[in-house]
Amino acid sequence: MQVFRFSQARSVDAAVRSGGAAGASFIAGGTTLVDLMKLNVLAPQTVVDINGLPLDRVEAMPGGGLRIGAMVRNSDLANHATVKQQYAVLSEALLSGASPQLRNMATTGGNLLQKTRCYYYRDTNYACNKRQPGSGCAAQDGFNRIHAVLGGSEHCVATHPSDMAVAMMALEATVHTQGPKGERAIALDEFYLVPGNTPNRENVLAPGELITHVAIPGLAADTRSHYLKLRDRAQYEFALASAAVVVKVSGGRVGRVRIALGGVGTKPWRSREAEKALEGQEASRENFRRAADAAMADAKPLQYNGFKIELAKRALVRTLEQTTQAA
Amino acid sequence: MDHAKNPVLDAQPQDPDNSSKKSSDPQPGGEQAHEPALGRFSRRAFLAQLGVASVAATTAPLAHATAVEETEAPAGVPGAVPVTLNINGKEYHVRLEPRVTLLDALRDHLQLFGTKKGCDHGQCGACTVHVNGRRVNSCLSFAIMHQGDKITTIEGLAENGQLSPVQQAFLDHDGFQCGYCTPGQIMSASALLHEPIGPGDDDVRAAMSGNICRCGAYNNIVAAVQQARGNRTT
Repeated sequence: MQVFRFSQARSVDAAVRSGGAAGASFIAGGTTLVDLMKLNVLAPQTVVDINGLPLDRVEAMPGGGLRIGAMVRNSDLANHATVKQQYAVLSEALLSGASPQLRNMATTGGNLLQKTRCYYYRDTNYACNKRQPGSGCAAQDGFNRIHAVLGGSEHCVATHPSDMAVAMMALEATVHTQGPKGERAIALDEFYLVPGNTPNRENVLAPGELITHVAIPGLAADTRSHYLKLRDRAQYEFALASAAVVVKVSGGRVGRVRIALGGVGTKPWRSREAEKALEGQEASRENFRRAADAAMADAKPLQYNGFKIELAKRALVRTLEQTTQAA
Repeated sequence: MDHAKNPVLDAQPQDPDNSSKKSSDPQPGGEQAHEPALGRFSRRAFLAQLGVASVAATTAPLAHATAVEETEAPAGVPGAVPVTLNINGKEYHVRLEPRVTLLDALRDHLQLFGTKKGCDHGQCGACTVHVNGRRVNSCLSFAIMHQGDKITTIEGLAENGQLSPVQQAFLDHDGFQCGYCTPGQIMSASALLHEPIGPGDDDVRAAMSGNICRCGAYNNIVAAVQQARGNRTT
């Protein structure tokens, strides 16, 4: 591991100042950063510890919804009473991710910034445009079973690994930040970037810009939600395909519905196509299947990951069935 | 990691725990637990003495061990800074580089060898310790970030020479084979007693999924955890 300067931020202002230096990186839970520093994939010159910042609370917002501090640990958020009762999709997604030890460490802000599990990104012996812009993409002709079928480019097909972010995408979360230019709020749907020509740019954060909290809006009464994750093992494995659904059904018809998919996209994948195909329609298996087809219409398989297209469709159909069944 | 083990510290002829509660060796299956005649003699000390013997034949004797609490990084490590860690109720003052993980601090600088290094990437759970009562992977955290935290390792579970209920349960159910993952398994199991998980065996398997056992002692581990929780296996 490269040597680095270490400092501990006592305030958000101080963190933003230190984090804005060239080659600086914030450290929260450390579960991604320390791992990748050991692999020499990341080599920050300065590491700014933000564990002392007062961003570790989950608060109810006056008009409904929750304000989740960036330093709230995954396990605490998953087991928070309001989250369990009103945002099942979020609790389920969090509990499906990583291991209990990692969930005790990993934070809300850090999880949004989790790095891909692409083998070629994690191994400095291979070409990777995300790690080293311009070096190429070893996954295109490599073993790409875990890679993305949505949102990829010839420069990168790495999936975003977070489960939490998929649930938050379906909950229409907003990311709140503080940076050198002040505070701002970013819709999660506009927070992530598809790789295009610049896979090294994964989100819209500026240098030194710190996620302070995530807001999720309140849900209408009788809204139901669920997260289904399909993977190679029953526990402690990344998604091959996952589906997050937040839906309200009345009179057998689908009302407001929000759909996001994980494991198949280069970012947590909100599917407006599937939502549009469903809203106002009868809650039936045929319509769910039509919505799933719409979600994956633009999918582009690589040599080894074509199975993900059908897997994601089935994950979505199953999740829609579970959330729309008569209670 | 770039932190090579310190051969001097690693080859200490004395068991590093001699200065503290010795009768509480928490490693089930360890020599102490079964062999009263070797009650003050750990596997590590035995192996270390073999090493010392072979070294001593050709070189001068090694320096005596210092008290654990005063252990410091080898002199002259650039960038090392003073760090205070509270481990198993004791304060340790050491000099560490910021890049030293909590796991490496425990093993390479504080001679607390009970916590094991497996994958060193948060995937196997062998390095599991408690920080402020919660289980974490000590390999994925820098030691310098834990000043002021209460750290508990496998060496801190037994009290007054009595194994903790989880440790005893692992012995009762033979919840191990080679024993390398066992400290991490026991630290995980001890923490989950206070976590909101369901009563069934499948709930235990899910809650223990962050701890890999390559010998495959999982059935016995589940039985041990269920005994410690006061549940029957389902």
